[in-house]
Amino acid sequence: MENLVQLAMQNVNFAAIMPSLVLCCFGMAILLINVFMPRGKTTSASLISIIALLVTAVVSLQGWNNPQFGFAGHVALDNFATFFNMTFLLAAGLTILMSDDYLRREGYPIGEYYPLILFSTAGAMWMASGTDLMTIFLGLEVLSISLYILAGMFRHQLQSNEAGLKYFLLGAFSTGFLLYGIALLYGVAGTTNVADIGLYLSAHPAMIGNPMTVAGMLLMSIGFLFKIAAAPFHMWTPDVYQGAPTPVTAFMSAGPKAAAFAALMRIFILGLAGLQSEWTSLLWGLAILTMIIGNVTAIYQTNLKRMLAYSSIAHAGYALVGLVAANAVGVSGILFYMLAYTFMNLGAFAVLVLAGKKGEENLTLEGFSGFGFKRPFLGVAMTIFLLSLMGIPPTAGFAGKFYIFAGAIKSGYIWLAIIGVLNSAVSLYYYLRVIVYMYFKDPQEDYSWVSMHTGAVVSIVIAIVGVLYLGIIPGKIMEMAKLAIF
Amino acid sequence: MLDSYLPIIVLIVIALAFAVGTIVMSHLIGHRKPSAVKLAPYECGMPLVGSARERLSIKFYIIAMLFIVFDIEAVFLYPWAVVFKRLGMFGFAEMGVFIFILLVGYVYVWKKGALEWE
Repeated sequence: MENLVQLAMQNVNFAAIMPSLVLCCFGMAILLINVFMPRGKTTSASLISIIALLVTAVVSLQGWNNPQFGFAGHVALDNFATFFNMTFLLAAGLTILMSDDYLRREGYPIGEYYPLILFSTAGAMWMASGTDLMTIFLGLEVLSISLYILAGMFRHQLQSNEAGLKYFLLGAFSTGFLLYGIALLYGVAGTTNVADIGLYLSAHPAMIGNPMTVAGMLLMSIGFLFKIAAAPFHMWTPDVYQGAPTPVTAFMSAGPKAAAFAALMRIFILGLAGLQSEWTSLLWGLAILTMIIGNVTAIYQTNLKRMLAYSSIAHAGYALVGLVAANAVGVSGILFYMLAYTFMNLGAFAVLVLAGKKGEENLTLEGFSGFGFKRPFLGVAMTIFLLSLMGIPPTAGFAGKFYIFAGAIKSGYIWLAIIGVLNSAVSLYYYLRVIVYMYFKDPQEDYSWVSMHTGAVVSIVIAIVGVLYLGIIPGKIMEMAKLAIF
Repeated sequence: MLDSYLPIIVLIVIALAFAVGTIVMSHLIGHRKPSAVKLAPYECGMPLVGSARERLSIKFYIIAMLFIVFDIEAVFLYPWAVVFKRLGMFGFAEMGVFIFILLVGYVYVWKKGALEWE
């Protein structure tokens, strides 16, 4: 007992969890400020949230090239976690910027929105910096529970209710799989520490082929593949993305996906390196399935939020290719791709936020007829984001796909790269169709309801700068991504 | 190794036989005099006043959830109190932070009016 207490106290290192601590403190402060403010006054909450994210970014950058470990090997603020933290903070920041006026337009100026975004960002950070399966699970729960609430936040809209309930039920179910996998791996290795599991498996090669190890790996992958919306665990994505409030959808498509990738990479590459041939062949098939299902189904969509949901499934497939490659180029390519995807997808959603009427019935292909000429700035911005999602140079999407497919070719997965590129070609059709509607159809509306709110415009400008910077000068960020992997 | 499971299998068989046997026997040789009172869901309890499938006020759920949160807080205090001396100031500060976080939640639910019944 005495030793346990000593051990627990010696290993405390608050520097390792400082970023998420800061976020949670700000989150609680905003929660309290909200209840003492009159109802509907949420602008100050959104401003404080932006400050919170900036402070957290500064704190988190302390961990770059200065790794902090703590809590008996449960948490590490290393380069990997720092890189992902920046991605989460960016996603949260762009989301909050576009939210304030949107929430007021839709009639839900709810102050709790901002703390929930901050809490889920903190959860994502725990997932990226967790070096123990329990910490990663804790992060996943904090992330998910906040998002369940956010998805169903529009209480009087049936679609939002459906999104919240569906996400909650399926999410809870997939969490069960994850926990079962963790339990089995604990049964095999006698520890939940990721690095120790790796050491155990390399010391006991006989256990690698053991059904319990393989079953643990499979069950655990289900939990994470659900979160990144990879086929065949993608069924929830379109309904949830369409029903949830648009900024929440934007956040969901970037933050949790990156967080689940971070956890998946740390566990598979550090902990389950011994099973690499098993998980490579598994992810090889799932990557192809995910890309094809995402891209082919997106072709049939006329609602833009739904189309972007399927496109998000397809992009999860591209990123999985990097994990199959499992070499320096492919894995750091995932880090780069998640950052690039955050910029381009949140930018596209910010345009949707501004273009929608109350209730968002008009976010369809028809609803965008002639949009590009009536609203030139938003039209050009949307075009840039769509080109980036397609993977056309000189945008971030091209650089990201280039690194990931280069990694696949380097590891000898030439067919996987070819299928990925063919899928990108398919995706041209549905992305370009939006541009065709925006510029080649006669406008049926004058889009007079679109008002250029400062926050959303700022987030669009940041996203454009990010997409073009990562597309034209990808080298610097890619160097950092290479430093960030194990 | 499988031998050690034999007593369990025997127990399962006996349990099954007993349960099935009781049902079958009472079916075969028991008297049957059904009446409205006997067929009621709670034969020995209060008379029914309506269907159980009614909508309950959401207040019950809110109170239940809040109860669980603060109940868990109290449960955490017990093991902490047992090792309080060994943890020293560090443990005191940690528990202070924990209680402060719950206090924030308490202020929040209070101001939101979740504790008011009407």
